[in-house]
This record gives sequence, structure tokens and C-alpha cells, in this order.
Amino acid sequence: MRDELGKGARGLSPARRRCHSVFAMKPLNQKPLLQISGLTKHFGGLPALSQVSFRAARGQVTALIGPNGAGKTTLINCLTGVIKPDRGEIRFNGANLAGLPAHRVARLGISRTFQNLRIFPRLSVLDNVLCGLTVFAGTSLLEALLRPPGLRNRERRLRLTAMEALDTFGLADKAALPAGALPYGDKKRVEMARAFVSQPVLTLLDEPVAGLNPEETAQIGALIRQMRLYGKSMVLVEHDMELVMGVSDHVVVLDGGSRIAAGSPEEVRTNPLVLEAYLGRMSLTA
Amino acid sequence: MKRLLATRAYLSRHRTGVTVWLLALVLTLTPMVMRNPYQLGILNLIGLYVIVVLGLNLFTGYAGQISLGHAGFFGLGAYASAILTATYNFPAWPALALTAAAVALVALIIGVPALRLSGHYLAMATLGFNYVVHSIFVQWDALTGGPAGLSGVPPLTVWGLAFDNDVKFHYLVWTFALVALTLCLNLVRSGVGRGLAALAQDEMAASCLGVDVQRDKIRVFVLSAIFASVAGSLYAHYFSYVNPDGFSIFKSLDLVIMVVVGGMGSIWGTLFGVALITVLPHALDFFETYTDIIHGVILVLILLFLPQGFITGLVDALKVRLARRRLAAAARGER
Repeated sequence: MRDELGKGARGLSPARRRCHSVFAMKPLNQKPLLQISGLTKHFGGLPALSQVSFRAARGQVTALIGPNGAGKTTLINCLTGVIKPDRGEIRFNGANLAGLPAHRVARLGISRTFQNLRIFPRLSVLDNVLCGLTVFAGTSLLEALLRPPGLRNRERRLRLTAMEALDTFGLADKAALPAGALPYGDKKRVEMARAFVSQPVLTLLDEPVAGLNPEETAQIGALIRQMRLYGKSMVLVEHDMELVMGVSDHVVVLDGGSRIAAGSPEEVRTNPLVLEAYLGRMSLTA
Repeated sequence: MKRLLATRAYLSRHRTGVTVWLLALVLTLTPMVMRNPYQLGILNLIGLYVIVVLGLNLFTGYAGQISLGHAGFFGLGAYASAILTATYNFPAWPALALTAAAVALVALIIGVPALRLSGHYLAMATLGFNYVVHSIFVQWDALTGGPAGLSGVPPLTVWGLAFDNDVKFHYLVWTFALVALTLCLNLVRSGVGRGLAALAQDEMAASCLGVDVQRDKIRVFVLSAIFASVAGSLYAHYFSYVNPDGFSIFKSLDLVIMVVVGGMGSIWGTLFGVALITVLPHALDFFETYTDIIHGVILVLILLFLPQGFITGLVDALKVRLARRRLAAAARGER
């Protein structure tokens, strides 16, 4: 079925199509999926990112943490093509993403959620998730206007895929409701369903539990672990340390626009530099 | 019983198609009931504007931009067809197609730079464009006949049948309008249409989902200009006469008001918006005298209280209300 979807998506790279085959669950190779090196971005002379380098492995959850203003969201925005980095390389599956526009990055198989919810409030929940399948829906305006049988069939399959994702994220009974009418926690899950529905190669989650209560946070944590079990690769930006320590394989710590530490959750938790960034200098507090 | 269920399933699956066919049936029968040529004339005018406003509504409701120049595209279509056929004896159908292609090119030339910028640059660019086009119609006597206009445009013919009276033109214009309607309904139910709906609500989120925001805005703008041009050509052949009055910037504003009454992005609402705004001045003398004031008041009131447009705004409010009720009921059920 994934192959069928792939056929509709003309203009996708062969690698991206392959990732939609049934065998995509197995890691294709052992090279890091994402390798960022020397990424730098200044906003009007102020460094938001300076020489940041790290890698994210296939099939793992890489967490990106740091105090407010550390440059986490800037990094995500550079990664997804929302803003252009000044310098540096973003190697994804071997291709350099730095400077590509957002829609091209999406076509390569990177999906994301947003820190401040960005669902489409006036569209139904189902249509929101269908928007996540944009890269498979075809881009020909003429075809869309004429609606030939091929497109009808494709739409039907996309609809099924979207319903499946809604089911996974516990939203199936709300498919027909306008997304704007849902409670906040449901909206967050709509955004996650939209990000995962296209079977992306890499998903960036920008503060997925911000503003949620502990119960809802646990639900999202369980969903992230479930996606991890399905073999999905994720980069997680989050302030909730319990969640980060619970779901991630690898943690990268940013502070003031530079990487100050990286390692397993255990290593990072005990790293003095990290403690200093979060708690202030020991000499001052002691 | 089984048959009834099958019929219901068929109807729900093909709701859009069935509705369009029903509308086609009603419109086919209309001239047999509506014998008054004056009323048929108004219905024909509605058909013409439906084509223009459908395109404009795709652009405003989906690309989230306002064009204040669609009467310009409409006028270019009308004048180009009129000049080609009346002055140069060009065959009418190729003239229509050629005109549409040329207008598409003009739209592309205006749209590419204006749509690259965010904000309301396009509104200003199209306003200026409409003003220039209108001035050309008035000033270039030799080609356009100046303020007096151009007459002697032959009617369109198909296999020797000339669409030269209100009844015949009714079938022609509504065939075009229903085709335009179907194309729009197809578009909004496709991935491209969803991408457009997404970009109208949140450009950044849409682009991160793979929507090429710039390209899609330009494509819809050009598409809407083509619709306007075709309607303009039909207009010229229907009235066999064109003059600059119908293509001023005020006409563009009327078109925008039709979109607003119909509701942003509402294809069916467009029919209502066009019909209401076209019929009002004909139905009541009062409206004819104070058209501009009333249009202004309608525009301000709708945008203040239902910024998504009249029909869309009401439908959205209703949907949200029903959804809240269902969610509340579900929450009670859980407890």
C-alpha cells in the first residue's frame, strides 16, 4: 500500500519512495540519519546558534534540551527550512538540507510539530491529518481540477491511511469535527497524527507536551515510545525532563546557542556543565 | 429496504456530483418556467459573475489574498474577444481561448512579483492594474471605441446554432458556470485543494507539510484570471457590445463583496453571494439608488462579525457549536 501511495507522489526522490516500502522498518544503513555540523545562525548580530554539531541515529529518539533561549527552536527551524542558517551543514540521508525551502525539506521525509500548536482550526480533524499526506497527494493543478479516476482512488487510499493514523492517536471518533473545537490535549495529538501519518523518515517534535497536564503528558510519552517501537526516528525538543529522560536514547544539550554536552540520558543528567546551565554556577549558589 | 440503503450509500458517496446534476436539471428547466426575458437576463448575468467569482473565491478563500483587479481581467477578456471578432473578424471560439491564454500571461506577470511579497501588495498591484486597464479602455479610442464602447460583436455559435437570445445564452452560460463549479469542487476535494486551504490558515505549517506556498498562490491567481477572462468573452458575445463602465475598480469591489457574502472558500456560498448581490439592485429601487452605500455597509458588517464571510462564517459557527455539544456529551458519557 505504501508503494501505491508512492506512485502518486511523483517528484519524490527514490530514497524517499523506498522508505515507504513495507521494509522501511529495518534501518537501511548504519550511517547517522541526520548529521549537523558547524551550524550557525545570527539574528541581527546576536548569535542564536554558533557552531552547533550533533548527529541523530536512525530509529532513535534524540532529545534536544537546554534553558530558554538556548536556540532549540531556531535549530528546528533551520532543520525544516523555515529559516536559513548562515553557515554549516545539515546532512540528511546524505543530502545537504541547509538553505532548502521548507516544502522541499518536507518532500525529503522530514515532518514536524510546532511549539505553539499550528493545526488548521477550520478544517476537520480528518482533513488536518490528510494535509500531512500532502507529499503523496500529487501536485498537478490540472489533475486536481479534472479529478480523474486515478486521483479518486488515491484520495480514497489517503483517507484510509489518515483514518488509520487517527485510530493510532485515539482520535478516530472525532474525525469529522472541526479541529479548532477540540480541547487542547486533543489538538496536540492531531498535530502529532499529522506529523506521523506520512511515515516520515524523521519527525521533529517541538515541545509536544507544553501546556499539558501530567495525565496527558503521560499519554504523549506513551505515543512517542510507541512510535519509537515502530522504528520511527525522532528529534525531541522538550522542557519536561521526566519525559526526556523517559523516552530518549541520546540527549544533546544546548546553552546560549552552542552545544555544551551530548550523551545518554544518564551521562547528561550527571554532567556538571549541564547542571550549571540549568541551575546557575555552583559557586554562586553554594 | 436493501435497495433504499444502497441508494442512500450511493447518495452519500456521490453527494457533490448528485447536487451538481440536480442544479443542472433545475437550470435546464428554468427557461420553460421563467418566460420573462428580463428575469432570464438577470439569471444570465448571475451565470457570468458566478464564473468570475468562483475563481476569485478560490483565490481569496484559499490563497488568503484579496484581488481588487478581477474586473480588469474580466474586461480584458471582454474587450479582447470583442476586438478580435468584431474588428478583425477572428473566429469567436479561438478568440476566446487565445484571450484566456493572454490574460493568464498578464496575471502571471502581475502575480509573480506581487505574491512573492507578504502583505497586501497584491491588492495594491491589482487595483493599479485594474485602473490602468480601465483607462486604456476609455482612452484608446482607435482600438476600444473609447467611452462609447465597441458594438457589433457576433454571438457565439456551435455547429451553426447561434446563442443570440436570452434563452439560448442561458444554456451556454450556465454550461460554462456548471463546468467551472465542478472544476472548483474537484479542486477543493483534492490534495492540492487541501494544501491551499492549509496555506490560507497557516502558511508556515502548510509549507512544512510540503505545500509550495508561492507556487500555489500564483497558480490559483492565474486560474482565477482565466475564469474571469472566459466570463468576459462570454459577456461580450452575449451583449454584442462592450463599454468601459462594467470593468472599473468599483466592479472589482462588487466582485469582492460577492465573495464575502458567499464566504471565503465556500464554493456553494459563491452561488448565493453572486445571486444576492446581482438581484438586490434589480429587486428593489431603493437598493439601486444607494448601491454603493449598501454594499459598503454589507462589507463592513460581515467582515466585523463574520470575518470568514457570511455563509462560511455561519456554517463554521454551527459546526463548532455542534462539535462542542458532541464533545460535552462524550465527556458526560465517560463519567
